[in-house]
Amino acid sequence: MTDHILRMSGITKTFPGVKALQDVTLSVRRGEIHAICGENGAGKSTLMKVLSGVYPHGTYEGEIHFDGERGEFGGIRDSERAGIVIIHQELALSPQLSIAENIFLGNERARRGFIDWNRTNYEAAQLMARVGLRENPTTVVSDIGVGKQQLVEIAKALSKEVKLLILDEPTAALNDDDSAHLLDLLRGLRDEGITCVIISHKLNEVTAIADSVTIIRDGRTIETLDMATDAVTEDRIISGMVGRALDNRYPPHEPTIGAEVLRIEDWTVHSPSQPGRKVVDGAALTLRRGEIVGLAGLMGAGRTELAMSLFGRTYGVNISGRVFKDGKPIEIRTVQDAIRHGIAYATEDRKRYGLNLIEDIKRNVSAAALSGLSRRGWVDEHEEYAVAQRFHKSMNIKAPSVSSVVGKLSGGNQQKVVLSKWILTEPDVLILDEPTRGIDVGAKYEIYTIINRLADEGRAVLVISSELPELLGLCDRIYTLSEGRITGEVPRREATQERLMHLMTKGQE
Amino acid sequence: MSSITPAGVQAGTQGGGGGEPRRPGRVSLGGLSLNLRASGIYIAFALIVVLFSVLTDGALLTPQNISNIIVQNSYVLILAIGMILVIIAGHIDLSVGSVVAVTGALAAVLMVNMGLPWPLALALTVLAGGLIGAWQGYWIAYFGIPAFIVTLAGMLLFRALTLTVLGNRGIGPFPDQVRTLANGFTSGYLGNVGLGALGGADLFSLLIGVVAIAGMVTAQWRSRVARAGYGQSVEPMALFALKMAAGAAVILFLVVQLARFHNLPWVLVLLAILVLAYSLMANRTVFGRQIYAIGGNLQAAVMSGVKVKKVVFWIFVNMGVLSAIAGIIFAGRLNQAGPTAGNSFELDAIAAAFIGGAAVQGGVGKVVGAITGGLIMAVINNGMSLIGSPSERVMLVKGAVLLAAVAFDVWTKRRAGAAG
Repeated sequence: MTDHILRMSGITKTFPGVKALQDVTLSVRRGEIHAICGENGAGKSTLMKVLSGVYPHGTYEGEIHFDGERGEFGGIRDSERAGIVIIHQELALSPQLSIAENIFLGNERARRGFIDWNRTNYEAAQLMARVGLRENPTTVVSDIGVGKQQLVEIAKALSKEVKLLILDEPTAALNDDDSAHLLDLLRGLRDEGITCVIISHKLNEVTAIADSVTIIRDGRTIETLDMATDAVTEDRIISGMVGRALDNRYPPHEPTIGAEVLRIEDWTVHSPSQPGRKVVDGAALTLRRGEIVGLAGLMGAGRTELAMSLFGRTYGVNISGRVFKDGKPIEIRTVQDAIRHGIAYATEDRKRYGLNLIEDIKRNVSAAALSGLSRRGWVDEHEEYAVAQRFHKSMNIKAPSVSSVVGKLSGGNQQKVVLSKWILTEPDVLILDEPTRGIDVGAKYEIYTIINRLADEGRAVLVISSELPELLGLCDRIYTLSEGRITGEVPRREATQERLMHLMTKGQE
Repeated sequence: MSSITPAGVQAGTQGGGGGEPRRPGRVSLGGLSLNLRASGIYIAFALIVVLFSVLTDGALLTPQNISNIIVQNSYVLILAIGMILVIIAGHIDLSVGSVVAVTGALAAVLMVNMGLPWPLALALTVLAGGLIGAWQGYWIAYFGIPAFIVTLAGMLLFRALTLTVLGNRGIGPFPDQVRTLANGFTSGYLGNVGLGALGGADLFSLLIGVVAIAGMVTAQWRSRVARAGYGQSVEPMALFALKMAAGAAVILFLVVQLARFHNLPWVLVLLAILVLAYSLMANRTVFGRQIYAIGGNLQAAVMSGVKVKKVVFWIFVNMGVLSAIAGIIFAGRLNQAGPTAGNSFELDAIAAAFIGGAAVQGGVGKVVGAITGGLIMAVINNGMSLIGSPSERVMLVKGAVLLAAVAFDVWTKRRAGAAG
């Protein structure tokens, strides 16, 4: 008989007006890596909140059995005492404290109320060695990269004698090296007997690392697949997630490529925090009307930095280089200049940089184009409404009305609001930074369709993405960026993941 | 990552979501409950007025007392208009009390000591207020020091300046025209009319009231027609009529009471103009939108091409100008500029803004809300002194009201965002 460390059965969680989870079952075997897959809004995070006691026992129906006992957790402290630790996608570290302090935060190594610093740093160093983090325990967390911060979180979990480690999108913010290291680490922990549950959108990682997969859709368990016995492929998981076989993840597109619209030459940007370091180094790009161009690069290659420095110098210092719009040289010193010259930039972090989450759809849509919607400083509110209404329909934004607050929309719909906002500025060039990050499979397809439509309207689109299949499926031409330098330019028919990856790592070590 | 998608639905049914559309078939009562967060402040104000009317046996709403409430609190209300804009943008201004003092002192020096003609002196004083605002705005917007620090320093600096200018005594008396502006009433240009049992009332004031009502109804009606023309949902006709009737009744009551006493106070006219102008500015101009955008998400505003520094700078210039106007009115009312003028006005103005629905994080708030918040405190002050409560008890109640108002706001927000 199989030894299950966790059994959740019949879990139903209702919020007023909506059933978030309905009769969900989850069984995790001791010592395995168990992946949970599902679209955004399917109920994965809610399920984990039920498990970890964020939603305390009694606010949901169903039973939890953990490690041979009934789990009736009244809060996170209860579940942690039982040995369940959850690491959220947004890391919960205190940036100004040291690694050691963070590891033992809330669990301090103290004697009679005073911190024992020797013991703190010594035990931290041991835990750090276990997760392969080579740093000084006294280093401040804000000084290390996201990948290493993730390791600090895991070390923190290990310090609590974790039996079941839950990771919510652990590699979403990591580059490929850090992701690979993290996955190795999880395998190592499994061999030490720690059970892992990972929630991930990256299905290649799921198929690579998981021992079994539970698929959740619309708040229900669809199936649990055993990687050893079932023939599980990415497409198999996707069809379970969306409830249909997905033959084509990318809409077909025949480009009509026109004249050059934007060209940059010798574009160099220096880091604002490390003087003298070139983040972008002599980059040159050409964008043409009707063309979708990809920009591929590993984390830290300078993709976002390139885009933001171009977009009104919102990143970087000591920026030099030439920009040509329709063949004529232009100067872009501010965001206003960029918008005036028909350049739009949709950020990779839409919640932080892209949207006013407490405002409604129409005021977000109009935010970058108010000058066009106003006369002598007075906003034409009726026109604003009509415009927002038009986008509500044409972009298929799923919201009750254009007066709905943007913060309540799903990721995909928020992204549609961002795109609407920039389309309203009537740009010739759209730079889309990670346009499908954190968006579920169905909505991704819609975003791709919108991008194709934008190109067909004669605009140039530059797509920055960490997902190579996305670039391969969408772009007519792909530039690769490595350590701030453009290392290659590959047309669609010649592009393969291997070739791009080779170019993206060129010049390193 | 995953969130519960129909969160909006939930908020709507709970009554938390301010922006949700009205559900068909819901009556006006349901409409009010849907928008509790937005309209709670007005309901609270009405309840407080009713409460104190009862407690004071109607003394609260006598013609003279209404006039007193307006005149005695006008300067705080003027400050609250500027303060709400500062708070919407996510900043704060602790210096307004000191700026009131220093501009009042300047006006006194210019008019009384130097004998400048009063219109010139007032213009210079307002200009000085703008310069003070520009000074603080520079450090906040362009130099990047938090407004809390800059205006805390300003609170000390401008109080020190006041004491330097005035020494330890007041300067007065002010010219009659300035006193009239601060303390006086429109004269009965058209004579009196009889209102039956209510006695005589000033015809001019009554006409102004009728014009104001007509203006309000026309503007609302035109906006309604235009909205309908663009296919936007409008509230049911019955609710619209009810709202207009209620608004008209309040204005009419106020004007009749004032006309029976002394005609319209000039500061009420000034206040009405300021409230109207600033409400329009906040809601309908690009500048106003940018204030909300900055407070709602500073980074997103930057990335949308809002000239954030410029907007913040001008918000503080504006605060300085309004502080100067308040300073003139305060000094004019007392007929002298004193060294302690404006003490703790900043706290009243900030409290008015937060009671009136501003959010601590910025991005939310309304000019009319701040005025209502200021009036709530004014009515509590006035009503409690009418029933003879000691001042420490008044302070206690005001503190409790401030805490309760913000707690209510936080609570409704949390309830609305529970599933997010």
